[in-house]
Parts: sequence; C-alpha cells; structure tokens
Amino acid sequence: MGILDKLSLKKIKDGLTRTRNDLLGKILNLFGTTRAIDANFFTNLEEILISADVGVDMTDKIISNLKERLKIERINEVNDVLTILKDELYKILKSTCDSKDLDPFLIPEGVKPFVIMIVGVNGVGKTTTIGKLAYNYKSRGKKVLIGAADTFRAAANEQLEIWAERAGVDIIQQQKGADPGAVVFDTLKSAVARNIDVVLVDTAGRLHTKTNLMEELKKVKKVMQKVIPEAPHEVWLVLDATTGQNSIQQARQFKQAVGVTGLIITKLDGTAKGGVVFAIANELKIPVKFIGVGEDIDDLQPFDPEVFVDALLKT
Amino acid sequence: MFEEITQKFELLFKKIRGQAKITESNIAETMREVRRVMLEADVNYKVVKDFTEKVQQKALGQEVLRSITPGQMLIKIIYDELVNLMGSTRADIKFSPNPPTVIMIVGLQGSGKTTFCAKLANHLKHKGRHPLLVAADIYRPAAIEQLKQLGEQIQVPVFSMDSGVDAVQIAVNSVDFARKNYRDVVIIDTAGRMHIDEEMMREVERIKEAVKPHEILFVVDSMTGQEAVNVAKEFNDRLNFDGVVLTKLDGDARGGAALSIKAVVNKPIKFVSIGEKLDALEPFYPDRMASRILGMGDIVTLVEKAQKQVDEEKAKKLEEKLKKNQFTLEDFRDQIREIRKMGPLRELLSMIPGIGSALRNIDIDEKQLVKLEAIINSMTPEERRKPQIINASRKRRIAMGSGTTVQDVNMLLKQFEEMQKLIKQLNRGRFKGFKLPL
Repeated sequence: MGILDKLSLKKIKDGLTRTRNDLLGKILNLFGTTRAIDANFFTNLEEILISADVGVDMTDKIISNLKERLKIERINEVNDVLTILKDELYKILKSTCDSKDLDPFLIPEGVKPFVIMIVGVNGVGKTTTIGKLAYNYKSRGKKVLIGAADTFRAAANEQLEIWAERAGVDIIQQQKGADPGAVVFDTLKSAVARNIDVVLVDTAGRLHTKTNLMEELKKVKKVMQKVIPEAPHEVWLVLDATTGQNSIQQARQFKQAVGVTGLIITKLDGTAKGGVVFAIANELKIPVKFIGVGEDIDDLQPFDPEVFVDALLKT
Repeated sequence: MFEEITQKFELLFKKIRGQAKITESNIAETMREVRRVMLEADVNYKVVKDFTEKVQQKALGQEVLRSITPGQMLIKIIYDELVNLMGSTRADIKFSPNPPTVIMIVGLQGSGKTTFCAKLANHLKHKGRHPLLVAADIYRPAAIEQLKQLGEQIQVPVFSMDSGVDAVQIAVNSVDFARKNYRDVVIIDTAGRMHIDEEMMREVERIKEAVKPHEILFVVDSMTGQEAVNVAKEFNDRLNFDGVVLTKLDGDARGGAALSIKAVVNKPIKFVSIGEKLDALEPFYPDRMASRILGMGDIVTLVEKAQKQVDEEKAKKLEEKLKKNQFTLEDFRDQIREIRKMGPLRELLSMIPGIGSALRNIDIDEKQLVKLEAIINSMTPEERRKPQIINASRKRRIAMGSGTTVQDVNMLLKQFEEMQKLIKQLNRGRFKGFKLPL
C-alpha cells in the first residue's frame, strides 16, 4: 500500500463508510434483485451514479462504456459486471496521475521553499485544510510557513493563527484589508531568509464567477513569481464534497485563472459522495491529492483512486 | 444566478416554439431534456422524476390540446410546476408579540451561516428592529471573533461568553441579556455541523429546547448537490425548522438544490443571500425564481432594486426612449453609471427578460465598464446620439481620447447595437404577458 499504513487506510474507509454503505447497499440490492442484466439494471445503476453527484453526462459515459465492454467481453455474470464497473471508475481517476506521485506530501528534491497556494470558493474549508497540511508537513520534519493572504473575510487571520498554533508552525500576516499580494511577497521573502521547506499560502474564498477576484488571484500568483520565479510549485483547489455539478465549473475557472495542479476534496465524512470528481478528472485531468474526512488536525488523507473506488463499491 | 439552467430552458423553448403542435412523441423528447437539464442543475434525482411525470401528465391532457400555441402552454405548465415545487407563496419571519423574538440559524459547515446572521441583523436593523447577535459557535476557530467583527461593521451588539461555556448556556444567557437590554430580536449563530454527527445534532436540539426559538432558519449553499435533500431532511426531522436560506446565489450555481429541498421538507425558502456585502440579502419569491429559471427574467426584483437607486424621472425618460427605440449612447452611459452604483452588472442584467441570454456571450467585466464609459466620454454629443456617423477617422480619435484602441471602440459600438436590437425585440412584445421592466 506504499506510504499508506493500515491505520490511515482504515481512516479513509471510516470516513467513507456512509458513502460506501449507501452506494454499496444500493448496488447489492441492485445485483441481488435483478438477476439478469437488463435495461432495468442500467436504470438502477444510473440512479446510483447520479445520486452520488457523478452527473448526467459522466453517468451516461460510464454506463455506455460499461455496456460496450460487457458486449465485447461477453460478460453477463453479475460479479464480473461489478469488476468491470470498478475498473472503469479507476481508469477515469487514474487518467490524471501516475502511480509515482502516490504520496502527495512528497516534495521534489532541491526545491526550497516549496510553495503551495490553496484556492477555492467560500466555505469549502480552505483554512482548515491549510492547518491540516501544515501539521502533516511538520510531522514529516519539514519547516513550514503559512502565508495568510485571506485579508478579506472577518477573522480569517485569527482562525488561521489558531490552526498554525495547533500545527506548531509560523505564520506571516498583515492587518485585515491589506493587499494579499503584499502578504504573499512578505511570506516568500521571509521563507527564503528563514530557510523554510514548505510555504502554504491561504487565499480568500472567492466565487469563480467574480472576474475581479479571479484577477486578484492571478496577481497574487505573479507576485510570488517575483520572489521565486517557479512559485507556486503547486496550486491546490479545495472542493466541498457536498457541492454538486458546480464543482466542475469551479475547477474549470480556477484552472484557467491560476493553473490548478491538484484537488482536495473536503467534508467526505458526511453523506456526500463526491462523485463529481469523475467528471473533473475526465474533462480537466486534474488529480485529486487529498481528502478531508473530519475537523481534527489529522483528518486529511492522501487520495488513492483504488482505495476511493474500493471504499465506494467494495463488495 | 440560475444562469445555466435558464440558458438550457431557453434553448429548449426555442426548439418547442418552432413547432406547430405538441405531439406525444415530441413531449417525450422535451421531457427527457427537461429531466436532463434539471439533473445537471443538481435537482434531486427523485424530485426530477416526480416533476417530469407531473408535467408530462398535464401536458398530455386536455389543457394543452385546447390552447392556441402549444409551446406557450407547455412553458406555462413547466413554470407552474416549478412554482409549485418551490412553494407558492413567500413567507416572512414571524415575530413574537412578546419580544425578544428568538431566531436560530443552523446548517452545515461553510454554508454561510455567520455571514447570513450579520446580513439578517443588518436587514432587521434597517427595518427598525433592535437585533442582538449571539455567537454560539464555540468550535470553529475564530468563529466568535468573526461574528464580533461583522457586528462591529453593521453596529449591532454581539453577545458572547468566555471559552468553556457550552452553546446551550450561551443561548439561554443571551436571551436574558436581550430582555434586560431591550433588544427585540435575538439571532443565534450556531456552529456548522454534519447532519450525521449525532453529538452535534443533539446539541442543536438542546439549544432549541432551552430557548424555544420563534424561528429556526436552515442555511444551505445553493451549490449543494444531490445530498441537499438528505441534509435538509435530517435537520428538519431533528428541529422542524421554519424556513430555508439559500446562500452564494451570486455564483453560477444552477441551484437545483433549492427546488428539491422545498419538495422534500416542504418548508418555504425565506431568504436568498447574494454577495459578500452585508446589505446583499433578499427575500425569496418562488414565482420570480421560477420565471428566472425559465428565462423569463426576474422583473419585479429588478424594478425594486432599481427603484432604490435610480432616479425615477430618469427611468421614466428612459422608458419613453426605449419604447420609441431612441436609446442613445448617452443613455447607455447613464445606465452604466447607475448600474455600477447598483451592484454586479451580470446579476442585474440577468433579471431583464431576454437580456440575460443575449448578453451571455459578452463578457461583462466591471473594469470593462470603466473603459466603456471612457470611450463614450470621448465622443462628441452628436456621435453619442447618432453612432452611425462614427467613421474610421472618428474611431481613431475616440480611441486616442479614451486611451483605448479602435478595436475597443468597435466592440462598444457592436455591444450598443446589440442592446438596441434587444430593446426593439422587447418592444415588439416578444414576451407577451410580461411588462417591460423599466
């Protein structure tokens, strides 16, 4: 399982238990009640996928690929169908990443400081995620610095401060209403001077439809490049698993504006299934790096397509 | 807002409009598309199923056969069903005859509860009430601080207690405090919680038992997917809440969640929350929202919004001009100025019937407006009245004068031309039965 020890695997599964039970229950029902693979079977499968926020288009695509393969491979055993379905789902998620970056906490050698910018719409859990990321890098022996570039929301600084304290890392901030570009500039300068390994930049939540705020984000990125030409090395978009098809639009817009390199799916400890990830992987080829499964500082887990799909469909 | 679903329906209706008669087979096709549109809009799978079945039944019944234009009839049926789905009357907050009125705000993490609390307090303050905000989110780091800062911005007192006091106690004490300090509305901001978190759900039940709120509002992000229904159902089973607040409607969320929540818990949507400015709170009007979804535009909201800030006389003059197709670049400039005062342009324009779709391809950037204004300012009064006289050499001059390029000038002229076309269409009564908004 590579870097994933048994404990963290269990944790992901625990986080996804609700998801699994719902979907699994339905699938078992489906496979139990309908012996023959008929039109009704596919209608039920469609309901399962759409109810998991996979989306109409993606669901159609998955089902038509599945049908095609069943035909070509002449499969009509219920269990084999499940295997093929899982395989189709893996394939979509795996199309975005190669196995070598299974540990998303890994930092390429010689890159110092490694700058990660965290972006997303309001209320998806960016600040909480930063806290968890900081804690994880710190426990891997890295020197971490947080840049508090959300200068807009009331008490954003205070919230991030508490997370930084919990993680035991330093934070660079200015007063509320300050220019986020200036905060980022300070943060990177100071990271270089203090020999920091990982810089995490928190940005204000913004709806992807607000042109001016998206421009501001581009500017923040440009300011980083003034200090470190290759920065940010990663731009991670935080998506709320509870969000439906709008996540695709968010991913499109943020990718276009600042070049998203990875996704973090939060709030997977609820009943939301996060099925929209398939459509994003399929269209935008952005890999999912982590999933958030709770509010505690260690509730952030590396994303593994197989574990994810297994947890969803495990028989 | 609701832009994408609107766009889809518009396309759909264009298709139907072209047909002389509704047959069983082309209704089936339309219904399939309606289903698809709604699913893509995150309306719950089961709600969509019910909806399409109902519409299909009605459409195939006599009502349609008797109507003159089947396309219009179908639009009406879909519209009526959508209104039905979202609740047919709008509901306000019910105030207690014995103040303070206690309002409790609940919802998932990140749905926008704290911001909504401040907006609601601000809204009530402007209506002559004396709200008290209560910081009962003792879990999220700096949540109390956030509410304090927002309270300061709108000058509404915030009640909070030292850490270690539990949320139930804070709520109880805050009501006492309000009574003693003559605050007539108490708004309790509770912590965000997962609907399956037993412990946290019990806490919010305990708050309810302790303070017996007159109103419990469930706040939900309009971007929520299929789970919206389960989340709302769980909160409702626990708390029997009184109404729903839809947040983040200023994005391009298709907002299907709003439709399904209403269908499943049968509670009215009382407010919508648009934007991060603290005065951006609107009551929810199911009928307007339905017409918005169907591309008919949200006429009433627009008028109300416009009345707040646009000088009425100016509007009247503009109406005359619009009716006579005499809309000039000067009027265009006035509109740009007024609109910039009013808030996000796209949001505003999308409320005008037909314009929402026509302007969709034109990128409306707020900065762009400054540029447009500069270009118009660099024209002579004659040019503004008769843009057709603007030739290549005039264009160069205007571009130089406004610090833009000839392409920019061309773009403006083209946009203006499109606007004129639209106005002509509106005047021709493309939307029969709907009055011109201005």
